[in-house]
Amino acid sequence: MQPFRIHKGKVAPLDRANVDTDQIIPKQFLKRIERTGFGEFLFYDWRRGKDGRPDASFTLNQPRYADASILVAGKNFGCGSSREHAVWALEDYGFRAVIAPSFADIFANNCVQNGILAVVLDEVQVREIMRRAAEAASYQLTIDLGQRRVQDDQGFSTSFQIEETTRHRLLNGLDDIGLTLLQESDIAAYEARHPVPAAAKQL
Amino acid sequence: MAEKRTLFEKIWDEHVVCLPADRLPLLYIDLHLVHEVTSPQAFDGLRVAKRKVRQPHRTVATVDHNVPTEPRGTPITDPIAARQIQALQINCKEFGVPLFDIDSPDQGIVHVIGPEMGITQPGMTIVCGDSHTSTHGAFGSLAFGIGTSEVEHVLATQCLPQRKPKTMLIHVSGKLGEGIGAKDLALGIIGQIGTDGATGHVIEYAGEAVRALSMEGRMTLCNMSIEAGARAGMVAPDDTTFAYMKGRRFAPQSADWDKAIAHWRTLPSDPGAHYDTVVEIDASKLAPFVTWGTNPGMVVPVSGRIPELSALGTEAERQSAARMLEYMGLKPGTSIEDISVDRVFIGSCTNSRLEDLRAAARVAKGHHVNGKVRAMVVPGSQVVKRLAEKEGLDKIFQDAGFEWRESGCSMCLGMNPDILQPGERCASTSNRNFEGRQGRGGRTHLVSPMMAAAAAIAGHFTDIRNWHFN
Repeated sequence: MQPFRIHKGKVAPLDRANVDTDQIIPKQFLKRIERTGFGEFLFYDWRRGKDGRPDASFTLNQPRYADASILVAGKNFGCGSSREHAVWALEDYGFRAVIAPSFADIFANNCVQNGILAVVLDEVQVREIMRRAAEAASYQLTIDLGQRRVQDDQGFSTSFQIEETTRHRLLNGLDDIGLTLLQESDIAAYEARHPVPAAAKQL
Repeated sequence: MAEKRTLFEKIWDEHVVCLPADRLPLLYIDLHLVHEVTSPQAFDGLRVAKRKVRQPHRTVATVDHNVPTEPRGTPITDPIAARQIQALQINCKEFGVPLFDIDSPDQGIVHVIGPEMGITQPGMTIVCGDSHTSTHGAFGSLAFGIGTSEVEHVLATQCLPQRKPKTMLIHVSGKLGEGIGAKDLALGIIGQIGTDGATGHVIEYAGEAVRALSMEGRMTLCNMSIEAGARAGMVAPDDTTFAYMKGRRFAPQSADWDKAIAHWRTLPSDPGAHYDTVVEIDASKLAPFVTWGTNPGMVVPVSGRIPELSALGTEAERQSAARMLEYMGLKPGTSIEDISVDRVFIGSCTNSRLEDLRAAARVAKGHHVNGKVRAMVVPGSQVVKRLAEKEGLDKIFQDAGFEWRESGCSMCLGMNPDILQPGERCASTSNRNFEGRQGRGGRTHLVSPMMAAAAAIAGHFTDIRNWHFN
């Protein structure tokens, strides 16, 4: 997994709350059995008008946000379905971080698994970033995970909270399964105390 | 005196394998349910790392999301869906995972077949790469949805590093009125606390109205916990739970059964146990609900109207509601009963069990689906389908003009050919009314099975409390 330490990138504002994972990656793209190639389907329906042609008003279709790598959105981002494809699509598109007032639990977990940083800032700060990103062309933010800080070059600077275990994993790009397997003796001891039930063996 | 613990805390404590320094607690997973959509990349990950499935007998797979609901044996016309189903077959064979395949007499929606075969049991930790895994909490288990990386993690280690969630008690006092069921209770709760009202929490549902629910009703209620943002939903096991479980195929048998019951009786929360958040709901104040927007928190009683934008609290809420109404093709102030439907879907992991179909059939009996409406009934599993047919529900539905189909997730998320066309309006017993969920441009209104059946017949939403039952 790619470590996340300091990232500087262009910001795309998506001024909507409760963005669900059905919007981030619609169902018809979940049939692929690969982990890559989801970027072109990111926000598929929102990027297209009713006639199926690109909707120029949608944030990600605007040339000024073309190569954004930080997405800023409203509260409860990533709610709904557990589909990790949503994170794969964001990552494959080029996003390294999402900033929002809150995230749905499963989505936030999926981000960590893929080295994507979900930054929680309060509503006022999120609005301020959206305002700045809408006003200045090529508005950029720097996210420093080591220092837990988000800042731009024009005076905006704020710290953010993140759980220490999550921060450690992201900073070091650690393989979660490898870490769990370090506890092999604990797992084996647990399994010795809790054998597979007789009925389950009939499965 | 020992510390007073909640149902959740008892299960959590029992499943902590270890507390590694500087890392999250490692939780043991008793049961891992697997389906075709969120697992192929996980099995690939195992192959790349040369890992095995640690506990194949704690892993159960089925195909549900993609499967057509045409008669079995009809070729799958979507080659990508067929490839995904085939991938699961290959993966289960290679890694020794039991699979209830498309032609199995036990195939069905993963959240229907686990309980119905007695695989889901009180006190268990259960995960699945599917957010509606919360359904299984109805049995007093800790059950939650995970992403594909976590699916791989559980396949490889049978464990999951987990942040301990907060606890929320939703206490439902009083009785649900006639025609008002578990679905209405779930929608009423989400309408009250919002789609992120329980984020970071495990909900325990308790109180008179919850105790009175059947296991099917409890599953409907726990199923929708995720729509309030909860990590999981739970109901403490009781005699209703044990009566449902007894004799099921993979439930403990004979002496093991007595031992299991004795253990399960220790699980309910200790009186006076502390919850981080407490929500009170008065069941007697609930109505048959209909959603009007594009998230499950936008609920209104069937006797009500689409809210006026001026009644909403903030500018952001007004903008959001205006956008939803534009998508839904609705105007503020419209009476819910004046909204016509084009399609009706009775099914999904929320409402496709025998009790749901019985309730819908009771409404449909002796009536006929409105000429402008296409209505389909999709049983949750092959077992549900057979039991329903044994008591003649299929005949009631078909005589009334409903389509009677094979089991699967179907139009809940439209991964198979069952989808809405742009602009079509659907009364659906599923769990999500997100934009495009049932088909691009489709407009979904979430309702109970009775309300869905009544809408199919009337051609518009109608208050089930005034229904003429034959």
